[in-house]
Amino acid sequence: MPLVPMVRGFFRNLFFARRVESDLDREIHSHLEMLIDENLQAGMSLEQAQRTARIELGGVDQVKEQVHEVQMGNWLHSVFSDCRFALRQFRKNPGFTVIAMLTLALGIGANSAVFNVVNRVLLNPLPYPQSDRLIALWLDAPGAGGLANFSSGLELSPSMYMTFSDHNQTLQSVGIWTSGNANVTGVAQPEEIRTALVSDGILQTLEVPPLLGRWFSQADQDPRGSKTIMLSYGYWERRFGGDPAVIGRILQVDAQPREIVGVMPRGFRMVDRDFDLLIPMALDRAQQKLAPFGYEGIARLRPGASLAQADADIARLISVWMDSWSNGPGTNPHYYERWRIRPNFRSLKQQVIGNISSVLWVIMSTVGIVLLIACTNIANLLLVRTESRQQELSIRGALGASRGRIARQLLLESGLLGFAGGALGVAVAYAGLRGLAAAGPADLPRLSEIALDARSLGFTFALSAFSGLFFGSIPVWKYARATGVKGMGTNRTATTSRARQSSRNILVIAQVAMALVLLVSAVLMIRTFAALSTVEPGFSAAANVQTMHISIPDTLISNPVLVTHTQNNIAGQIAAIPGVSAVGFASALPMEGADPNWDELAVEGKNYDGGEPPLLMFNYVSPDYFKTMGTRLIAGRDFTWTDIYGLRPMVIVSENFARDSWGSAAAAVGKRVRQFSNMPWHEVIGVVEDVRVHGVDQSAPPIIYWPAMLNDPYTAKPAIAGPNAVTFAIRSQLVGEQEFITQVQNAVWSVNPELPLAFVRTMQDIYSRSLARTSFTLVMLGIAGSLGLALSIIGIYGVISYAVSQRTREIGIRLALGAQKHELRWMFVRSALALAGVGIAVGLIAAAAVAQFMKALLFGVSPLDPWTFILVPIVLTAAAALASHVPARRASRLDPIVALRYE
Amino acid sequence: MNPEPTTLLQGTLDLLILKSLVAGEKHGLGISHRIRQISGGTFVVKPGSLFPALHRMEEEGWISAFWGDSENNRRAKYYRLTRAGHKQLDQETKRWGRISWAIARALEAS
Repeated sequence: MPLVPMVRGFFRNLFFARRVESDLDREIHSHLEMLIDENLQAGMSLEQAQRTARIELGGVDQVKEQVHEVQMGNWLHSVFSDCRFALRQFRKNPGFTVIAMLTLALGIGANSAVFNVVNRVLLNPLPYPQSDRLIALWLDAPGAGGLANFSSGLELSPSMYMTFSDHNQTLQSVGIWTSGNANVTGVAQPEEIRTALVSDGILQTLEVPPLLGRWFSQADQDPRGSKTIMLSYGYWERRFGGDPAVIGRILQVDAQPREIVGVMPRGFRMVDRDFDLLIPMALDRAQQKLAPFGYEGIARLRPGASLAQADADIARLISVWMDSWSNGPGTNPHYYERWRIRPNFRSLKQQVIGNISSVLWVIMSTVGIVLLIACTNIANLLLVRTESRQQELSIRGALGASRGRIARQLLLESGLLGFAGGALGVAVAYAGLRGLAAAGPADLPRLSEIALDARSLGFTFALSAFSGLFFGSIPVWKYARATGVKGMGTNRTATTSRARQSSRNILVIAQVAMALVLLVSAVLMIRTFAALSTVEPGFSAAANVQTMHISIPDTLISNPVLVTHTQNNIAGQIAAIPGVSAVGFASALPMEGADPNWDELAVEGKNYDGGEPPLLMFNYVSPDYFKTMGTRLIAGRDFTWTDIYGLRPMVIVSENFARDSWGSAAAAVGKRVRQFSNMPWHEVIGVVEDVRVHGVDQSAPPIIYWPAMLNDPYTAKPAIAGPNAVTFAIRSQLVGEQEFITQVQNAVWSVNPELPLAFVRTMQDIYSRSLARTSFTLVMLGIAGSLGLALSIIGIYGVISYAVSQRTREIGIRLALGAQKHELRWMFVRSALALAGVGIAVGLIAAAAVAQFMKALLFGVSPLDPWTFILVPIVLTAAAALASHVPARRASRLDPIVALRYE
Repeated sequence: MNPEPTTLLQGTLDLLILKSLVAGEKHGLGISHRIRQISGGTFVVKPGSLFPALHRMEEEGWISAFWGDSENNRRAKYYRLTRAGHKQLDQETKRWGRISWAIARALEAS
């Protein structure tokens, strides 16, 4: 049967089944009617004519059924017999079958696992109803100096939220929220838990109904109304054992009794964060000012409204906002016009995914290349096998099998191989996903949602089919061209023809090129990692620094001086533990992911363009904090407790700020700075080294370190303020031991038994987490690169080894005529090196292009890093020489007599 | 002469259908009439064998189908020989010639 109409017919029957069916129906009915017409002409009555016609036809459905059998039956029948034949072939060659299937299982499994992650993280919608209408409200403020340091733009202030909520025309609902911590007391041990403070509109925007109880009501959001909370599913399970009677119970949250009104369902997260409790923000409208800008805004678009329309809508409301609120008497509400605030809304999904997508796409293409290499290897194996089956195929051809039929047989075999590999691949993918969930970077968003699903299985299926067709079609194409050769009986004395060897050579070249791309990417990541590890982060010996979070709610201790005393006492008690060399605390530690504060800071005697000094990052630190962290003091001195209790107007600055402002660290000591005109000038008493607070790969921002207690610059009347929630750092050789943590805990409780310790971890943990993305990419590329290298070594070995076996007689003749052994060896190694050379040349061009896409992942190394681009080709050349040397040596050791008789 | 209709020999139906289409395109009933006519009434093809054969042959690429109007202005599906069909008819005719000659010889042998 000719291949083309057969395939066409099959696909027509398969995909246009309904049209084929109605066509057939019409045809048979028209036949029936023509029969009736004839009978009528023959003089029958209408009734008789119809009956006779029906009898002759034998029933419309029966005829249709018979046609169906022809349409599908023949084809299926022959396919089944081909399948049986293919399975017999596999059983006959168990070695080939197992190797091919395992290679495929690895390749396909790795691809499905990574696709699964890509699918879950990048392609799936967020787990909220109609999540495509959810947007994140971020603002741009190009006019605010230094604001570019904020990672994603300007967040909302509560007053902005109120204005937007009252006057917008494009949003169905809008709300703001922020995450925080709270102490839960009164039940067993005090515990610090993660909270999400939510304004009215947040739950309405996310639209996820509670599992138990109800959402917050308007009354719950009234600052003078009832005090309520909702639980996350995890906290409900952990703390209350999933007890449904929890609704209505009272929990002490930061010493404030709050009633539980609802439980959110399993898997519900606040955008991208896990939480334990939802707490109503309960904003007091009368107390709101223009600032502060520290709240994440989310909104649900009205049906039909677009992101651009929402941008335009809110852009109009910025001036309304400035007209409606102020920052207190005597301030200019239109000051923010200089900031040129404008909406820069984005989809919530984009917000959640962040920049992880580049990592995932790189890994996805990497494992894709590994699969391609694996497929070329199998194609090579199949080519060899098809050639050794030349006789069988020739006989089948002579017995009348059409070329199409034989092609189908070969494709069916490789297809079956593909699907068997795919089925095993699902198991590999499942195991891989388990590993990924355990070892993946913490900042891989939505990892908790990962599981095998229909789409991933569909992808695996498609991949298996593709692989099968891909490596199967190469021998088929070869065979189809080679049918002119009379295969039968000629094999015995045939030496390899150039044409036959050439397609295998092309496959090897492709393999080497792809392996080179993988290796270059992997080595670039290794170089990046090496570059990152030599960067001084601004702290030292992180493994010996224990960190923990302690927050003192003002409902527990309201006097800020007492708060500082308590923190001082805790530090004192911890310092008394044997083996502790230093203790300090700060509002935030580097790389924790939280910036304590940003505000403007003026240097005495300096004029600023536009009259406004730039925004700078602030931290609030205790004495000995720098010593504990290992942050070097470049000039001047550290704070003392005497400075702090004396409320002396002092400040410590980072080296880069000192250099920018006064030329050098030494020159900075004794100079003065202040925030606003109502704040006294603060003297710079010390300069410390720069700290890469946003991660090793991010440059260190200028930082101003205020003392842990100071006169609050933000209140009109003089008042003392200090951070309530701080992170302690403890330097000791004993860090990480459970006994040590217990001692620290007891030291804290000896000061106040109501205080919980949270986020107990070492500075090394925090540091490693900030490198997690790079190390994850590195590991994945490393695995892919090694697989690629191993597979191409096998590929080169296979081709040379086959060439040796095919040319055994020729080798025998050469040896008999006096060829030197080393010449013979070199002949084979040279051909391998030639192949590798072409592959490397092609690969270098491809790698140079691919490396450009990796730019975002690289640090301290150029995408065209000469070191990498020289080393990798050398390694590959060496590998090719090695892989070909083994069969070449075998060839040179042949006994000419044996070789000549070889068959 | 009105001989009893005979069961079709396996493989001959295709040959007869191809032959009936040589004179030009026909719909199913036309083919059936034509076969009866050219076989002198020996072969009567029932729709239950005719349509499966037509569809199979269409998939083989020997005949092609299209919709047209019948002599009584009914919509009917017409079939016509393709180039491959002509070739097939040629081969089948030769093959049939060999078979019938061989059978005849075999029967003549004493």
